[in-house]
Amino acid sequence: MRYAYYPGCSNHSSSIDYDESTKAVFSALGIRLIGLDDWNCCGTTAVSSVDPLVSMALSARNLALVENHGYETLAVTCNSCYSMLRRAGDYCRDSAFAPAMTSVLASVNRVCQGRVAVRHVLDLLVNDVGVAKIRAIVRYPLNGIKIAPYYGCLIGRPKASFDDSEFPTSMDELLSVVGLEVVPFDRKTKCCGSTLMTSKEDVALALNEEILNESVQRGADGIAVLCPMCHLNLDAYQSKINKKFKTSYNVPVLYFTQLLGMAMGIGEKDLGLFRATGARHKLLKKVSV
Amino acid sequence: MSDIKVGVYVCHCGTNIADRVYVSGVAEFAGSLPNVVVARDNQYMCSDPGQEMIKKDIKEMNLNRIVVAACSPRMHEPTFRKCLESAGLNGYQFEMANIREHCSWVTEDAEEATEKAKALVAAAVARVPYHEALYERFTDMCSRTLVVGGGIAGIEAALKVAASGNQVVLVEKEPSIGGNMARWDKTFPTMDCAACILAPKMVAVSQNDNITLHTYSEIEKVEGFVGNFKVTIRKKARSVEMDKCTGCCLCYGKCPVKVPSEFEAGLGTRKAIYIPFPQAVPNKPVIDRATCTYFKNGKCGVCRKTCPTGAVNYEQEDELLVEEFGAIIVATGWQTFDPALGSQWGYGRYDNVYSAIQLERLVNASGPTKGKVVMKDGRSPKSIAVLHCIGSRDKNYHEYCSRLCCMSSLKLALLLKEKTKGEVYNFYIDIRSAGKGYEEFYNRVMEEGVHFIKGKGAEVIEKNGKLVVRAEDVFLGKYREVPVDMVILSTACEARSDAARVAQVFGIQRSRDGFFLEAHPKLEPLRTATEGIYIAGCCQGPKDIPDSVAQGAGAAAEALSLIAAGKVKISPVVAVVDANKCAGCKICLPLCAYKAISFDSISKVAAVNEALCKGCGTCAASCASKALNIKHFTDEQILAQIKEVLAV
Repeated sequence: MRYAYYPGCSNHSSSIDYDESTKAVFSALGIRLIGLDDWNCCGTTAVSSVDPLVSMALSARNLALVENHGYETLAVTCNSCYSMLRRAGDYCRDSAFAPAMTSVLASVNRVCQGRVAVRHVLDLLVNDVGVAKIRAIVRYPLNGIKIAPYYGCLIGRPKASFDDSEFPTSMDELLSVVGLEVVPFDRKTKCCGSTLMTSKEDVALALNEEILNESVQRGADGIAVLCPMCHLNLDAYQSKINKKFKTSYNVPVLYFTQLLGMAMGIGEKDLGLFRATGARHKLLKKVSV
Repeated sequence: MSDIKVGVYVCHCGTNIADRVYVSGVAEFAGSLPNVVVARDNQYMCSDPGQEMIKKDIKEMNLNRIVVAACSPRMHEPTFRKCLESAGLNGYQFEMANIREHCSWVTEDAEEATEKAKALVAAAVARVPYHEALYERFTDMCSRTLVVGGGIAGIEAALKVAASGNQVVLVEKEPSIGGNMARWDKTFPTMDCAACILAPKMVAVSQNDNITLHTYSEIEKVEGFVGNFKVTIRKKARSVEMDKCTGCCLCYGKCPVKVPSEFEAGLGTRKAIYIPFPQAVPNKPVIDRATCTYFKNGKCGVCRKTCPTGAVNYEQEDELLVEEFGAIIVATGWQTFDPALGSQWGYGRYDNVYSAIQLERLVNASGPTKGKVVMKDGRSPKSIAVLHCIGSRDKNYHEYCSRLCCMSSLKLALLLKEKTKGEVYNFYIDIRSAGKGYEEFYNRVMEEGVHFIKGKGAEVIEKNGKLVVRAEDVFLGKYREVPVDMVILSTACEARSDAARVAQVFGIQRSRDGFFLEAHPKLEPLRTATEGIYIAGCCQGPKDIPDSVAQGAGAAAEALSLIAAGKVKISPVVAVVDANKCAGCKICLPLCAYKAISFDSISKVAAVNEALCKGCGTCAASCASKALNIKHFTDEQILAQIKEVLAV
């Protein structure tokens, strides 16, 4: 099995550990993720509010590269890239938008028909690989650890894909297969604020406080995430949140691929665990015990 | 065809046609066409003066073919056929050119519209010389009526038909009649108890000598045509012999199996042998074979041992009845939207999120809590939110308004206020209280101190041990979070999950929302595209009780006016076989959707049953030897028409 792989900008900067752990887990399962040469930004956030067409065309250029190489499926880690790339594919197939897309892409000598299936790595692990295969290679079940599954808002938006857009459950299943105790979590798909953190920090901090709060209320030892933006906001802003809301959160936030990798016995280095911020060590310590 | 004399009449239809089509120009053009003796235009051709004009011309100018260019033949073809007949012509020596729906209403440019109108008129003029005089026939019919569905609409229809002295067979899928209404506690706006007003009607059904009741039965097959339907009814094995059972209830007291009760919307339990609810008609139990221990592993048999009259019969089998009917009334009802489909409302996840129908059972004196409104932990709720439009007015689920839930929500809010003395919040988009006494009822509920928040309940979450409803309060222009103990989801009224299958059995069409389609949205609300099959109640669309009752009675009137005539008219527009041309290949036999074609094994040619044939033309199109033709739609007629349309 092999898939074309789109890392997205974050996986080369703030979420190198997501990139590393994803590759490690897929490799342990015997699946090749083939990197794309010459990929570009998916066009999310800033560009999309300035010029929606250009932002869509940016994504479509990536899809054009995948089509050119003859791959059918593109594996994506970031929820935001996932949402953009999926929409770009739809736009290329939709007769109302296709002509505009074609002409923008023509200016960079690219053609995109929207044939590529854009799939999130969570979707691939649950629906292509299947939980049975994952269960089979678990060496160190993460028993006794409670985890809050946080999916982020874009996994099922603008339209539901492989899971319910309001209350998805596929990651819950995956995490329990590796021995984790998945706590009920209402705020699974509540927005983390994404780049609002840079423009309207007050609002974004409040959104993240609510998510952290529920994870603590539910008695979770940590939060599993599957999007670099969610990770950044929930993890790196805890001290700011603590200051603003007079709280004392010290919640470990890990990528779900890191948790799977640990259970599979993949080394700390390969999963990027050494890149941890302070809180993460709490959970890692519990694992090693 | 030198003796053909055509009169052409072009209608203005007020401004409907004249706004786009240069009507007098079309009439002038028509006057120049071959065979046309006279061509005129008129404000309203369907009016008495318009018709008189045609009659006068027929008499004075010896016209023998008439073309009217006006609206759709679906509107006024019968009008003009009658007009021709009263002037001594055959009604089929007439053709209508549709220059309204097909032309003026759908064309922007006046010149283009006029050109199109001319083409349509020319085509009609070219067609009429080939028209032949055709005659409608009448056939005998059966005077019995079949009513399918024993909810309030079906009950009303059955009682009204039976009151005329005609025979009715009422078929209900469930073990008891009563339908959804039997599950309601109170009815708006009068707050009288649903069971109290429904039960007398249910009993009246069981006591009426003209009504034969088949509960726990379904329609398997419908054959035949208006006046002469042949219907196969499957009486599912009840496992209890109705004539022996006295309804003493000893059997289910001893039954060891407990399963969630459908009637109690999953809140209470019932036994495997059970009577669905206390007022059930017939008040005799049924064994649910899917959960009964005896049927699962052959052990048990307690109910058979307990029954003092030996009525329990495990060996009973389904029974198939084939009966004849003149008319059929379909009143198969509706179901509530499953709120679990919208995970944002927390139904099925939080203990104290209930659907409206569950609350109906909670507040009901014979319900699982004997009428007490309590939370799962037994406490009485101090604050309750009622969320309107769950599944309705929402493009993710149903775009339509379910009509009855606003009033039902108000009723439930009032009951909750009275029973709990707590705070009750209604989250609504708009309050739709159109109905007699409905707005007054809304005012009363407001005066009783129920809170109204204009904003749809977007989601329900749990926070600090309480349910929190989130909504945008559009009056305040603010986002609100209201903590409550209990949430009620006022779910949409939707087409039943088996509506597609039922529609197929009866040959009924469905509208985009899944409900059964009426013949005309305003003027034929109870008829369907199939003659002799009528619809009533919520199977056609969401309705409250008064409307369902009115439709049930209306459908009865439709059936009775058919039966009272004693004969059914058969259209002459049917397929005919030219036995000399028929090669006997039998291709047409399986193609006929109405099973109207048979094969004559002696003469080895196809034969058409004119009573069954609908004149659809499928056979004629498929016949390789051109032996099949449709009267009034012959090849000559259609080709002449097409040639002219393309020529202008």
